[in-house]
Amino acid sequence: MTETAQTPARVLVNAPKTAKRGDVIEIKTLVSHIMETGFRHDTSGNLVPRNIITRFECRYDGAVIFAADFSPAIAANPFLTFFTVATVSGPLEFSWTGDNGFATTHQAMLTVA
Amino acid sequence: MSIMDAPRFTFSRRAVLASGCALTVTALTLRPASATPETMRAAIRQIVGDAEPKKGRVHLEIPPLVENGNTVSCSVSVDSPMTQADHVKAIHIVNEKNPQPNVISVALGPRAGRARFSTRIRLADTQKVIAIAQLSDGSFWSDSADVVITLGACLEE
Repeated sequence: MTETAQTPARVLVNAPKTAKRGDVIEIKTLVSHIMETGFRHDTSGNLVPRNIITRFECRYDGAVIFAADFSPAIAANPFLTFFTVATVSGPLEFSWTGDNGFATTHQAMLTVA
Repeated sequence: MSIMDAPRFTFSRRAVLASGCALTVTALTLRPASATPETMRAAIRQIVGDAEPKKGRVHLEIPPLVENGNTVSCSVSVDSPMTQADHVKAIHIVNEKNPQPNVISVALGPRAGRARFSTRIRLADTQKVIAIAQLSDGSFWSDSADVVITLGACLEE
């Protein structure tokens, strides 16, 4: 169970590298995580403790532009797509935090013409 | 389930214990707690407070028939110009029959440009799913969808 807390989670982010100022761009993110619900039992009947990502944030141009609070009802390897308005060139900063001290981050550069 | 249908509160505690139904009652209470329509209503109340969510403006896209409840694609979009004066502040998804009523809550604002997001969720059973959007003027809008699940998530080993 502590495996996900120690090994870095695999992150896939799909966002455009360039955009025109004012364009609405689509961002897709995927992070590897088992999202153990805390409602399942193992073969000996013991409850498997909850181990999920609880929060996702995307920062861009000095502010959090999109955030999500996850529950156990989010499928394994949480996937999100959302939108933002291209304002300035700079990094899109993604962060995921969760149970057992899980934390991972990712950056994607966006060049705004 | 006849024991659940019977008005149990009319039995005395002793009568229930003596009747041999006690085992059944205990077995029922040991099953994992599920979000019932009541707990879903309570969860919605927690989101909207005293406001009454209106139907419309929100579009919950979710397949009506799902084979595997472990990954159900769903999208929520809201009709909103997403300007400083008029935008969507938050979108919530709640459900009826998972162990917990809350699924996801997202926070967004005018910088999102478009009030839409997609994710993949788990559904334990055939049930109703509701999306609620909170707008910058304080109003709440909602949309609901009924989903038939062949293989439920969460509870199998």
